[in-house]
Amino acid sequence: MTRVGVAHTFLAMMARDLRVMRRGFVSTFLRVFIQPALIVFTFAYVMPKIGTAPAVAGAAGPAATFSTVLVPGIIGMSMLTQGLMAVTFPLLRELGWERSIEDRVLAPAPVWLLGLQKIAAGAVQGLIAGLLVFPVVTLLHAEGQGPAIAWERWPLFLAIMVCGALLAASLGLWLGTVIDAAQVQAMIAVVLLPITMLGCLYYPWAALSEVRWVQVAVLANPLVYLNEALRATITPGIPHMPVWAFLGVLLLGTAALAWLGTRSFTRRVLA
Amino acid sequence: MSAAIRTVGLRKTYRSARGEVEAVRGLDLEVAPGGFFGLLGPNGAGKSTTIGMLTTLVRPTGGRAWVAGAEVSRDPIGVKRRIGAATQRSTLDQALDVTENLEFRGRFFGMSGRDARSRARELIELFGLGDRRTAMPRELSGGQARRVMIGRALMHRPEVLFLDEPTAALDPQTRVALWEILRALHADGQTILLTTHYLEEAEALCGRIAIVDHGRLLAEGTVAELKASVPADEPPSLEAVFLTLTGRGRRE
Repeated sequence: MTRVGVAHTFLAMMARDLRVMRRGFVSTFLRVFIQPALIVFTFAYVMPKIGTAPAVAGAAGPAATFSTVLVPGIIGMSMLTQGLMAVTFPLLRELGWERSIEDRVLAPAPVWLLGLQKIAAGAVQGLIAGLLVFPVVTLLHAEGQGPAIAWERWPLFLAIMVCGALLAASLGLWLGTVIDAAQVQAMIAVVLLPITMLGCLYYPWAALSEVRWVQVAVLANPLVYLNEALRATITPGIPHMPVWAFLGVLLLGTAALAWLGTRSFTRRVLA
Repeated sequence: MSAAIRTVGLRKTYRSARGEVEAVRGLDLEVAPGGFFGLLGPNGAGKSTTIGMLTTLVRPTGGRAWVAGAEVSRDPIGVKRRIGAATQRSTLDQALDVTENLEFRGRFFGMSGRDARSRARELIELFGLGDRRTAMPRELSGGQARRVMIGRALMHRPEVLFLDEPTAALDPQTRVALWEILRALHADGQTILLTTHYLEEAEALCGRIAIVDHGRLLAEGTVAELKASVPADEPPSLEAVFLTLTGRGRRE
């Protein structure tokens, strides 16, 4: 098989996923808006209005509003959940009762490449989710409560967005191959909820030095690195991890999860 | 390599925590190009595992197998390029409609969008699915879904077509209609390997038949050759051959 042939197969599979995504676009991405909009509405609009604006933890400068803390956190959370679910949910059906994965397994390409293609397609959805919530989190706030966003490090910001989306989709592929449809509720409760609630959305990681054991425990959470990375790039006024730390974990974590995911996927598909 | 399908000592042992199951135990088969070959056996005989190995979905644990000259373990991509397969259960892409199921299959195999569209149209006509071209798989009847599955398997003009129990659970009218399509395909030179446990289906369609059970080949030949092997006190039917070879015990 020529490389051109395999590349063509890969692109055709991407086209298939984009066709399916386009068909469900409004309902999928309407869902993506709801949680971020509610969080921002509560913390950056309602609470300041009633005089209980949350304080910005971690000794930020005077310009730092709570929405400045929230922006990276919510973009990271939206990307992670959407990128993960975009791979896991269809995969549970395709590997389960539908068995419709066979259609693409019989395509003339290695099975691991189909796994990588699923990661790529999920990452596209994660990225779209991250970009779509951006206007919500930057524009929805009470007067004087807007976020302070810096664009000087935009190349690093874009790289982090892409890497974060790939990480989310890789985690989605792995989860989709190790659980079955009956365990979805448990997966959301045991994996997704702790990841998002303890993902340093509402405070920078440095502020956790007051509760040292939590600060250490959340280092197992991939969303922490993604949110810290986004903080470092677009809200550098808020304390954040050093670049080497989040970049190292994001890159290695993505590679490790993609490897684990494609391996587990191949084992599920081939007997 | 002149055979369309050849297996030598092909073997599959499933290993799990509960122990080992020998599904296929050293199978030797040969199917000539253009042949219509039936793999006949009771439930649990190893038919689906054999098709699985020949279509690269199941990894052999011993022996070797070639399909259209490509070896299944060493060149799975080469095998996949040369085969079409329709499995027993519907594996249609539930997120795509009938036409899209066919078109994307073509595009996965390197066809341009235009070629895939015209080939899909051609097959939809051939299989009498014209009024169902935009139906989603869940809206299809069992017989329609089976026809879409076979049409999809033919999209890229495979050298060898594998059909695993193509008419299982279909009503007699639908079954006979599907037979007509398969006969026409074979008359056009399509090599077909079909598994079935319907004796009349094998007899109606297949030029050569292999009877397998417990993962082993028990007999192989034309229908006439197999009937001639029946003991003198039995009627010369394929059913007698089958029961003589595989026993009369009930299978689950």
